[in-house]
Amino acid sequence: MKNNKPQMARREFLENCTRKLPGFFLLFSSLNTANILAANENDDYDHSAHEYAMGVSIHKCIGCGRCADACKRENKVPREGHYYRTWIERYIIPADGEAIVDSPDGGIHGFPEVKTGGDVLRSFFVPKLCNHCANAPCVQVCPVGATYSTEDGVVLVDDTYCVGCRYCIQACPYGARYLHPEKHVADKCTFCYHRITKGLLPACVEVCPTQARIFGEIGKRSSPLNRFARFNDITVLKPALNTKPKVYYAGADGEVR
Amino acid sequence: MQRIPQQLIPLIIMIVAIIGSLITARTLLVPDSFGDLGHYRADNTGEVAALELSYAGAHVCADCHDDISETKRDSHHSGVACESCHGPALAHTEAPDEFIPDAPRGRDGCLLCHGYNPARPSGFPQILPGQHNPTKACLICHAPHDPQLPHTAEDCSACHREISNRKQVSHHSSVACTECHKATDEHRASPRIVRAEKPRKAEVCGNCHARGADSSREIPRIDMDTHGGRYICWDCHYPHFPETNL
Ligand code: HEC
Ligand code: HEC
Ligand code: HEC
Ligand code: HEC
Ligand code: HEC
Ligand code: HEC
Ligand code: HEC
Ligand code: HEC
Repeated sequence: MKNNKPQMARREFLENCTRKLPGFFLLFSSLNTANILAANENDDYDHSAHEYAMGVSIHKCIGCGRCADACKRENKVPREGHYYRTWIERYIIPADGEAIVDSPDGGIHGFPEVKTGGDVLRSFFVPKLCNHCANAPCVQVCPVGATYSTEDGVVLVDDTYCVGCRYCIQACPYGARYLHPEKHVADKCTFCYHRITKGLLPACVEVCPTQARIFGEIGKRSSPLNRFARFNDITVLKPALNTKPKVYYAGADGEVR
Repeated sequence: MQRIPQQLIPLIIMIVAIIGSLITARTLLVPDSFGDLGHYRADNTGEVAALELSYAGAHVCADCHDDISETKRDSHHSGVACESCHGPALAHTEAPDEFIPDAPRGRDGCLLCHGYNPARPSGFPQILPGQHNPTKACLICHAPHDPQLPHTAEDCSACHREISNRKQVSHHSSVACTECHKATDEHRASPRIVRAEKPRKAEVCGNCHARGADSSREIPRIDMDTHGGRYICWDCHYPHFPETNL
């Protein structure tokens, strides 16, 4: 008994060290807080005063692919190859059997007729993109903190910090991420963060000819999203996963995945 | 004053050295703003926000092209952004003479939106490219900034837009509404008081599709007595979009 006592104290000391050391480091890092203010060139913009979201009306989409095209151009996404930050899927629901889903070139060059073999009950287009989940699985799995939710609710990738491990690509239930072939980092939709923080619309919303895409802010009365949510039955994709997406769909039927 | 036990001195030096090297390693390896707002590098948000733009946005074009903007504003294309057809043009707005945006003059540009595709919403104006004035440029007949239907299409489409758009891309595209419906001028003036007539009897279809009917040879024929049994034709075929794969 007597011999054991100092031993306990040493262990306690070591435990204390491991517990307090990270806090010590954090103290160190907080000395750099001033930097973020300097990095943000748009001084009037208050990140914490916004929460962005998108609405998509499936029954308005004509599948012209202008959104997917504009996205590639605005964000310099590789033109060739299967790399898309947003794309359009065509759903073909046959009279019997499984729904057929295709997205040739993301829909940029239109949708050639497909031979389904059987009779088609109905068919429609579904624009897809990153859902900017409030509970984002990609953020949870990133081992280095390179993908994160901003204060304004947008999920971004830090391409100088990403190590290209692909965990997030695997974790995304919506297939919204890809590995950038030149930068070798994960890449995906940013809601055109460089546009919305300047008060512009995301490029895909800008060029949509039928206003099938609506962009706005949650909880702002004047936002077009407000009316969109009032006059439509809203769903999100894969609600059962509890990812809390911020892309809302109107007119999505049960077949949409 | 009590002296520090001798055996502890190397230990303290070692611990200080280890902590020191950890701190140096951390300050070197962990980027500046990491952890300021969460488990990420806060500076990145500003970096992404500062990326270069390509699309100018709908309102900018009006500054110089006010005539075109005004024309388009009152046209069927009012909802179609300039850059939706002309592509990204921010560079053009900054140096109008150096960077000139494309103008999609070919048929393909229009067909991206107006070519018939069964997955499109049925009310959207679509055409069958093979039948709608093939080989001719769309611009001969429709101005891109104010697309009009050269002669007011059939008056009925003003109010029955969805039916007429759908018929436009069906096998009945060449059949006028009035072949099957009797609609007077009064119906167009006060549609709810003066009703248009809907066909009641299969003869309407028989005028063209009966074996002995006096109609164009390409029209498919059926035996009016047996085909379809005791049902009326439009129980099976939607008259504004007749299909045979029922
Ligand atoms: C600063 C004034 C200015 C703004 C803003 C501007 N333009 Fe222009 N634009 C011009 C001038 C000047 C020309 C004539 C250039 C020439 O022919 O050398 C022109 C020509 C064009 C042409 C003709 C190309 C052709 O084939 O003849 C198109 C298309 C065009 N602009 C589209 C746009 C669009 C779309 C926007 C909005 C994003 C826009 N412009 C904004 C000044 C402007
Ligand atoms: C539906 C697609 C479409 C949209 C939307 C559109 N344009 Fe055009 N634009 C064209 C086409 C096609 C031409 C070529 C016309 C021709 O050669 O006769 C053209 C030609 C032009 C020209 C040069 C010829 C001219 O008529 O002076 C300018 C300038 C221009 N567009 C500006 C604009 C601006 C500004 C807007 C937005 C207000 C706009 N366009 C919207 C398709 C479009
Ligand atoms: C980016 C998509 C897009 C492109 C490209 C486009 N249009 Fe349109 N067009 C529309 C939309 C949207 C409407 C409005 C439909 C409505 O009112 O429901 C429309 C309406 C029309 C109409 C009126 C049809 C009607 O029945 O009311 C005509 C004609 C037309 N466009 C011709 C053209 C021509 C010609 C071109 C090529 C120069 C063209 N469009 C290119 C989207 C497009
Ligand atoms: C020779 C003249 C001519 C040319 C060329 C032409 N159109 Fe038309 N278009 C018409 C006329 C006339 C109508 C209205 C009568 C009708 O409904 O057929 C019309 C109607 C339309 C409509 C409305 C259909 C609806 O259901 O409301 C669209 C959309 C359209 N055209 C697009 C195009 C496009 C796209 C092209 C090029 C690929 C084109 N047109 C080429 C003459 C033309
Ligand atoms: C001014 C708008 C307008 C125009 C133009 C118009 N209609 Fe109608 N039509 C209506 C309305 C509104 C109704 C619905 C009446 C009701 O349900 O009480 C209707 C109903 C009909 C019906 C269904 C009647 C029924 O008993 O259910 C037919 C068939 C019809 N229209 C055919 C036509 C045809 C063919 C033309 C062109 C020659 C035409 N309409 C032009 C507004 C119009
Ligand atoms: C081939 C013959 C045919 C042509 C052409 C035709 N219709 Fe009809 N239409 C019918 C028949 C048959 C019905 C009755 C369907 C029923 O009672 O279920 C009908 C019903 C309607 C109705 C009632 C609502 C509905 O959808 O059932 C309207 C409105 C109408 N037609 C408008 C039009 C207009 C406008 C056009 C021209 C764009 C047109 N129709 C062309 C055969 C035709
Ligand atoms: C004014 C003449 C005319 C009338 C009246 C008419 N049709 Fe037709 N019908 C046509 C023509 C023209 C075609 C297209 C032939 C072709 O594709 O070459 C056609 C094609 C069809 C087809 C075949 C479509 C296919 O997939 O091949 C069906 C089914 C049909 N009509 C049903 C009807 C019914 C039902 C009625 C009565 C409500 C009707 N038609 C009234 C002219 C007419
Ligand atoms: C019980 C459902 C039913 C009814 C009612 C019906 N049809 Fe059909 N019709 C079909 C089917 C199924 C086909 C395709 C298979 C075939 O050719 O028999 C068809 C084919 C056709 C064709 C195309 C024939 C060909 O050779 O391409 C025409 C035209 C047509 N029907 C007109 C009519 C007319 C007119 C009536 C009313 C007298 C009518 N149908 C009633 C089911 C029906």
